[in-house]
This record gives sequence, structure tokens and C-alpha cells, in this order.
Amino acid sequence: MTATFGVLSVAASVRSGEVSALDVLDAHLEVVASHEAGVHAFNEVTAEQARVAASMVDGIVAGGGDPGPLAGVPIALKDNLCTAGTPTTCSSKILQGWHPPYDATVVQRLAAAGAVFVGKTNLDEFAMGSSTENSAFGPTRNPHDQTRVPGGSSGGSAAAVAAGFAAGALGSDTGGSIRQPAALCGVVGVKPTYGLVSRYGLIAFASSLDQVGPFAMSVADAAALLDVISGPDPMDSTCLGEATERSASRLGSGVDGLRVGLITEMQGAEGMADDVKARLALAADALAGAGAKVDQVSVPAVTFGLSAYYLIAPAESSSNLARYDGVRYGLRAPGSADITDMYLRSRSAGFGDEVKRRIMLGTYALSAGYYDAYYGQAQKVRTLIIKDFAAAYENFDVLLSPTAPSTAFEIGTKSADPLTMYLNDVFTIPSNLAGHPAVSVPFGTGDDGMPIGVQVLAPALAEPVMFQVAEVLELLAPPASLSASRRSLRAPGAPADRGADL
Amino acid sequence: MPRSITTDDVAHVARLARLQLSQEELTRFTQQLAAVLDHARDVESLDTTGVVPTAHALPLVNVLRDDVVTASLDRATVLAEAPEVEDHRFRVPKILGDSQ
Amino acid sequence: MSPEPVVPAPSSGWETVIGLEVHCELRTQTKLFCGCRNSFGEEPNTNVCPVCLGLPGSLPVLNRAAVEYAIRIGAALHSTVQASMFHRKNYFYPDMPKDYQISQYDVPINAGGWLTLPGGRRIGIVRAHLEEDTGKTTHVGGGGRIHEATRSLVDYNRAGVPLVEIVSAPDMRSADEARAYVDELRAILVATGASDGKMEEGSLRVDANVSVRPEGAEAFGTRCEIKNMNSLRSLGRAVDYEVSRQIQLIESGGVVSQETRHWDEGAGRTASMRSKEEAYDYRYFPEPDLVPVDPPEEWVASIKASLPPMPSERRERIAEMSGLPAGSEAVVTVVRLGLDDLVEAVGAQKADTKSAGGASQAVAAIAVKRAANEVASDLAGAANLERSFFAKLVRMESSGQLTSAQARTVLKSMLEAGGDPEVIAEGLGFEAMESGGLEAIVEDVIAAHPEEWARYSEGEDKLAGFFIGHIKQATQGKADLKSASALLRSRR
Repeated sequence: MTATFGVLSVAASVRSGEVSALDVLDAHLEVVASHEAGVHAFNEVTAEQARVAASMVDGIVAGGGDPGPLAGVPIALKDNLCTAGTPTTCSSKILQGWHPPYDATVVQRLAAAGAVFVGKTNLDEFAMGSSTENSAFGPTRNPHDQTRVPGGSSGGSAAAVAAGFAAGALGSDTGGSIRQPAALCGVVGVKPTYGLVSRYGLIAFASSLDQVGPFAMSVADAAALLDVISGPDPMDSTCLGEATERSASRLGSGVDGLRVGLITEMQGAEGMADDVKARLALAADALAGAGAKVDQVSVPAVTFGLSAYYLIAPAESSSNLARYDGVRYGLRAPGSADITDMYLRSRSAGFGDEVKRRIMLGTYALSAGYYDAYYGQAQKVRTLIIKDFAAAYENFDVLLSPTAPSTAFEIGTKSADPLTMYLNDVFTIPSNLAGHPAVSVPFGTGDDGMPIGVQVLAPALAEPVMFQVAEVLELLAPPASLSASRRSLRAPGAPADRGADL
Repeated sequence: MPRSITTDDVAHVARLARLQLSQEELTRFTQQLAAVLDHARDVESLDTTGVVPTAHALPLVNVLRDDVVTASLDRATVLAEAPEVEDHRFRVPKILGDSQ
Repeated sequence: MSPEPVVPAPSSGWETVIGLEVHCELRTQTKLFCGCRNSFGEEPNTNVCPVCLGLPGSLPVLNRAAVEYAIRIGAALHSTVQASMFHRKNYFYPDMPKDYQISQYDVPINAGGWLTLPGGRRIGIVRAHLEEDTGKTTHVGGGGRIHEATRSLVDYNRAGVPLVEIVSAPDMRSADEARAYVDELRAILVATGASDGKMEEGSLRVDANVSVRPEGAEAFGTRCEIKNMNSLRSLGRAVDYEVSRQIQLIESGGVVSQETRHWDEGAGRTASMRSKEEAYDYRYFPEPDLVPVDPPEEWVASIKASLPPMPSERRERIAEMSGLPAGSEAVVTVVRLGLDDLVEAVGAQKADTKSAGGASQAVAAIAVKRAANEVASDLAGAANLERSFFAKLVRMESSGQLTSAQARTVLKSMLEAGGDPEVIAEGLGFEAMESGGLEAIVEDVIAAHPEEWARYSEGEDKLAGFFIGHIKQATQGKADLKSASALLRSRR
């Protein structure tokens, strides 16, 4: 197997004509063929369309044209990103069989850059969950240990990258849905600044928090993907203007002199495992060793993040998911006596329990008499979190925390108790509430041998410095028994080997 | 501070959200929602006097588009997704009164 | 529900209180949040896209022209144009693709304001906010009646069309006043360019909040919201019916319950729309897919500067020029039909001919009357009318060169075929008459035959011929007989 597996290395090899996009695709499809049955990363593998796209890339290369910066790079798409003509389900029965008539903006941008889409990945229904167990089509399993969850809600995308089904993937992150599964699967996962990436065509969970972001095996690959999908979009009013600096612009700069804050409130949080705590300390030491000034910093309001999030996100989702009513598309329960009966029966049959819980929670938080106490109050907490982060960033360039409280847990162990499941997002939620970027970088393994991720948080639009720090963590990460096997697949010249420059 | 959520509350929000619950679901969901809301009590008890709510972490205003016609979708494509169609329209069961 | 009989409104003891909510479709090229065509009467479901169909993943982007029209409306209604935001109003209904409506809630783009009725009364405006329209539901089976239909069909062409909802204060006190308000508001909306004002096509839709209270009471009674009135006439009828219903209900010991009622034009009554217990809880919250609208001052100022004068200002101007009351029928008609320029033309002519200032109001008053009568009854012909010739005609009449009857005759001819009034008058032989000669002769003839005149005055029309014959004789056939007849009729 000589094909390269990283985003940048595939693109470079395909662009130079060293390897064909079709060969790269076939190599990935072979891995899919041998492991997908166990992992179940995909709701649909789009091999045929991928072959057509790969052939087109090869044709452009053969003709001497520019096939784009992601030429021939196999990408997996979370199944809540609209793909014209290809079913987009959100892993929900209510959307089963729906064919969007349009492509999400991020999908268009990747396609225009020469990427090849391998398939649509599994998720917790409507991105509500932290384990990818809440899928109408069955759970995704962690490629490192198939008895465990891959995290969620973008578990399919994280697993696809970890398993080598795709060089990169897109997910969506509302409260940690990219970073937490990235940590649990031992890959890099990025939640960009709110507004950096268009949400047009991302099926909404909680609109003020949702953001599309990449998964990849390396920090440089993730930054490259982000640079392709980011930028203003006339179809999304909440997109920011053109970024002044590319996300990848500071890679290779090291961390000498950078100020790194260890968030005090995120070191002794409830349910945080000792091995995770130890890895975080090691990461802080590593950065200090590389020349960063590492210090403790208090961001008091983040302790209210989880509560605020579980009021705001359900509230917005209760409204976003009202449209699944059986009138225009998707599931309709047959034989209803009247319209209300049809609504009740279609929605009850189409949504799973977690979606129902959140819709009801959100409806309650917005309902007359409770709005101020719940939704209104949560929006104020959001203000406090933004304020506290702003104070912290007066003294620090980036902040550091664990990504998830523990390594991947066994399938079925947390699904009976929603609150326990929600606690998985305690470290990732504050960035969503503040609209800030954050990245999860693999940093060794836990006592159980499963991957652990550390999270680098940065202020709005500070992706370049965030990746700068993340890359150094990647280089200094302790050898991990499991992720080592994946890293060995990297071709020479891939980002991990650039450490010598630093 | 609001009282604890009851099965009546859950039945009411389920109705507002057009969800039908069995008795077993009603009981189970009420317990689960109560646990989440109990956890949210730290937020309720926080003194936020004078704090302005944040609906959006964005620094944007006046995002406007020009009044220029763009292509609509092909009707056949649109209606192909519909559960029921009649006379080029989306057909729904009879509407009882005003749902507003 | 049992049928409620129509009863005449008790004439005293109760005061009617009416507030109106008017939904105005804006005349933009495209919808409020997407580039689909904003157009009425097209094939169903052809002007739709992911956004206005509420397809998963779609997002709204606000139409600048809709914001501009909203500001124009606000400026015309003396509202405060302010920074605003959008909220979601959540409820399930099949004509709403997202099952929520994007509207404005606690911070509308236009707050406060007023308009002035022709009679001079000022009606308060509470707000005028932007929102999206719904699709159109057709109830099928059961003769189209909603409660008898077997199924409904939905067309989303109208979904997402921009609306401005104008909410009045509860300032109106009768059905007539409610109609006058809608009439005035419609004229304002048309003047701003925001609306085509067509109630019959639904581009202007009126809901009425109606309550009654004992005369002299300060507290408002419980109100009912009346929907489904498709014309000014049905608005008047619906309000009258509802007032009677409420008074009768209270007088017979009942209590008015706050509810939405549907006006049934055929049956001539309102009926409760609520089918069951369903509580209203719209769960408004800030629309996270849109950012606030904070129109820069320069933009608002330039929009205000570009507005034409509003009907009330135009009535004031015509009143000032003519000395007629601003609320008089002639002035209201001239403004309603946009004939102000005819009156203005006379003013311009006056300056040219340097006539005495004292006479100018009387001249303008003649212009107003001619415009409100002859021109108003032949609007198609008004296209033939040259402004300067109209002015000339009015001056000929005011100077006594033509009698008013002759002037009307000449004007009718001008409306039919255009032309210079002097030439037309000459052709009709009017110029041969001494100034006021015909009128004097008519007076003489009348005075000479008092008995016949009395009979004619009481309605014996055939005697007109008798008088015409005498007039013809007295003028040696030079009199314009049409004018003579008109003069006779006007004296009767």
C-alpha cells in the first residue's frame, strides 16, 4: 500500500501526478470494505459518485489544469450536511429517504477544491448526543475498540478518519460534537469561530451555536481543510467577513513566548478521570518546555456553561425541528384523521427519544412563564462567559483544557441517563457559547490505552495561533500505542515530520 | 425560581411540540427532564442583575441582500419529496379550526 | 356552535373601541429572505426555493428593499425608525413551511406614530414591523368551508413574501372610522410605493380588534379579534355585527371572551375560530439565523427625503390653496384620485397672469370642484386634459367669461377629445354671449313665468322644454341649449 493518507500529502501527490485520485480513492474504499461492517461510520458510502469525481480530478491533472488544493482528497461528510441528490438523513427516521435539492456551501467549496466524497457519516440523531448511539440506524463503534463509543455527535466522521476510511471529514459542533469524538477517536477536530464557516446546508440543531468544522489526522491537515471551507457566504447572514489571516499561516512557528492559560475550573471538574488530568498536566509541561509561558487562569462563568447550554440548545432546536411535520418532505404517518393527528403521529414515530427530550426541554424553557427563568437567564450566562473569556485573553494567547472528561466509554453505559451523557460536553460547551474556536489534539492514551485529547481554546478568529499551539502539542505528544499505528501510514514529508524545524 | 417540572407540564409541552407520549414515556421523560432542570438550577440562582442577554456571539448588524431574483426550484423536484400531492399542491389532512 | 342572529346595534349607552392590524405586502421584486419572485397569481409552488420552503439547512438573508419599504412606511406614519431584530413566532400550521414565522417582537423597526383622517382626527400607530407571509391553504371538499373540508392543499408561492404589519392604537370609535382609517392608510401605503393597495388580491389584509364599553367608562372591554374581511365594506359590516353581538351578549348577562372570530361574508356574522382547548403560546425568541437591523441615520434620512407628500399634507395644501375644508368631499376626492396637479396648475397659471391675490382662493376652489366632479367622473378622459388648458378653463369660468354650466360643457369636451377651452367655447358659440348673459336671460325667463317655474321645481320635468323654448327665443338661437338646461336644473 503506497498510497498516501493525509490531506496535504494526498493533494500534493495527486496534483503532481505522482498518484491518481482514483487510486487514492480505491485504497480508502478497500479500508472501508474491510472495516466498515464493524465500525459503522457511514449511513451511506457514495463510491460511485466518488469514482466520477476522482476521475474528473485525474482528467484535469492529465490535461495540465489546476485540480484544486484538495485534489483527490477523500472526505467523509457528516450526514447533516446537505448533498444534492444524495440522501441526507441526520440519522433520523423522520428524514429517511429525503434528497436535498441543493449542496451545503461547505460541500460546494470542498468539491470545487477537488475533494472526493466517500460517504455520509453516522451521527447522533440531529446531532443531539455525545456517543453516536442516538442514531436511527444503529451506533457507530470506536475503531480503536469496537465495544466503545466513538463519541458524538459527529462520531461517524471521527471514526471514518481514525479508521482510515477518509483522509479528512466534516462534522458539526454545537457543544463539542467535533472535538469530543476527535478526542475519543484519537484524531484532530476543530470547532471554528462562529461565523467563520457557512452554515448554509448544515441542518440546524441550535443555530446560534452550530458550526461546521474539519477532522483530520494532523493539525496541518485540519487547518488546510478549514482554510478551504471558511469565508463569507451570501447565503448565511451569520457569516463573518473575509478572514485577514489563513488558519494555517502560523504553522511551524513554535510556541516560544506564547502565553498559555490552564483553565482552573476545567481541572477538577466533576467526573474528570485521573488519566485525563495527568495528560493535561503533561501537555502543559510540554508547552512550557517548548518555550511557552504557562500559567493558571480562572474563567469562573464556564462552570455555568453546561446548564446554560442545556437550556439554549434545546430551546433553539425545539423551533428548528418544528418543520419536520410530514407536510412537505420526510416521514408522514399514514391514515391520520386530521392535521394535528398527523403532526402528532408523524413526529412521534419519526423522532428518537433524545430528540424528543430536547424538543420538550426547549419548548418548556421558552414557554410562557418560564422564558425569563430559563432561556433568558441562560442568555445572560452566555454574556458572563464571554466577559470572563475576554478577561482571560487579556493575559493569555490561548487557553488549555481537556477535551472530554474521560476516554471512550463502553457502548450502552451512559445512554440510560441523559444527564450523565450531557456531562461529556462540560469542557467543550463554553467555546460554543462564546462563539470562539477550539481544537482537540490527540495527546497520548489513557490507562485503558484509549486516546485522550487536549483542547486548545482561542479568542474569536484566532485560529492561526490556536493551530500554532496545537501543532506543537501534536509534535510533543507522548507515543501512543494505538494512534501510532495510524501515524505510521503517513507518507514522508507529511506534517508530523516537520518537527525538526521547530 | 420555577417549581419542579410535573407530568402535566411535560404533557403540555409535548402537546405544544406536537409529540404524542405514552403514559410510560410521560413518566420517564418527566423524571429525566426534572434531573436536567435540577442541574440547571445553578443558572437560575446566579445573580445576573444588569447583565445583557447574548442572543448571538456575533458582532454583526445589517446583513442585507439586494432585491434581485434568483432561480426557484423545479416544481417536480419539490413535489417529488412530498408525502402527498394534489393539483401541484401539498396535500394535508383536514385542518380543524385555527392552529395559530 | 349555534347561529347568532343579527341584531340592530343599540344606539346609546355603549362606546365602540376598535384597533386595527393591517398586513401590507411589500412591492419588492423578491421575497423577504430569499431571491424567489414576489408575484401574485402564478402557478402553485413555482416560486419556491430551499429557503422559503423551509428545507432543512436553509437560512434566511434579509432583503434590503423590504427594509427600505418598511422605513418608508414608518417615516410616512411619523414612527420612530429604530434598531430592531427578528424573533421567531412558533406555532404549527401547514401554510408555514418552518412551523415558525420570522417576525419582529419587542423591538420592531418602526415604533409609535400616527395618521390623520380626512376629518382631522389623529389615529395612533403602535408599531409597523416586518414579517414574512405564509403560504396559501385551499380547503377542499365540503364546499370550501374550513370545518367541512376533507383535506387541504398548500401552495407556498406566497410563503416568505415581505409584509409590514401596521398596528393601530385602539383609537377608532365606529365602523365608519375604521373604514376611513383603512382608506387613509391604504392611500399612504400606495404613496410610499410600498404597496399596490389591492385588498381584493390580499395585498392589504385587515384584522380588527373590537370591544365595547359603557359610555364614559375608562377601562376597555374584552376584545375579540375579527379576521377574514376582504373589503372595506366587509370591514364595516363585520365591525357593526360584532359590536351588536357584544352589546347584546353583555346586556343579556353574558361575558365577552377574548378570542379570534372569523367573519363569514355570506352569513353576515362572525363566528369563533377556536376549535378546542389549544392554548396560544408562541414561545417568541430571538431569530438566531439573522442579525439585528440598525439602519444608519443617513440611510433613513435619505429615504425620508425621497418620500412624496402624504395624503393628509396634500389635503392641507389643497385646502390652503382653495379655502375649502381639508375634510370636504371635493378636497378628499381630488387627493384620493391624485388630481392635485390640476389644482396646482391653476396656481401656476395665476402667477403667470399676475392676477390679484384675493381672487386666488376662489379660483383654486373652482379648480377643486371641477376636478372633483367632471374630471373625477371621467378619469380615463383626464389623460386628454392638458394642465395649462384646464387652468385656462378655470380662469375663464372665474372671470365670468364662461358660465359654470358652459365651463362644465367645455370641460366635458376637453375630457373627451382634448383641446383649448377657448377654441371649444368659440365652436359652441359661447363666446358670442355677453359675460353672464345666458344666466341673466335664464333668470328673466324664470321670473316671467313663476307659475310654470313652481311646477317645474316640484318635478314636472316636461316643462323644461317650455323654458328652453323661451330662452332660445330670447337669445335668438345663440344660447347653448345644454348649458341652458343645466342652468335650469341648477336653479330648481
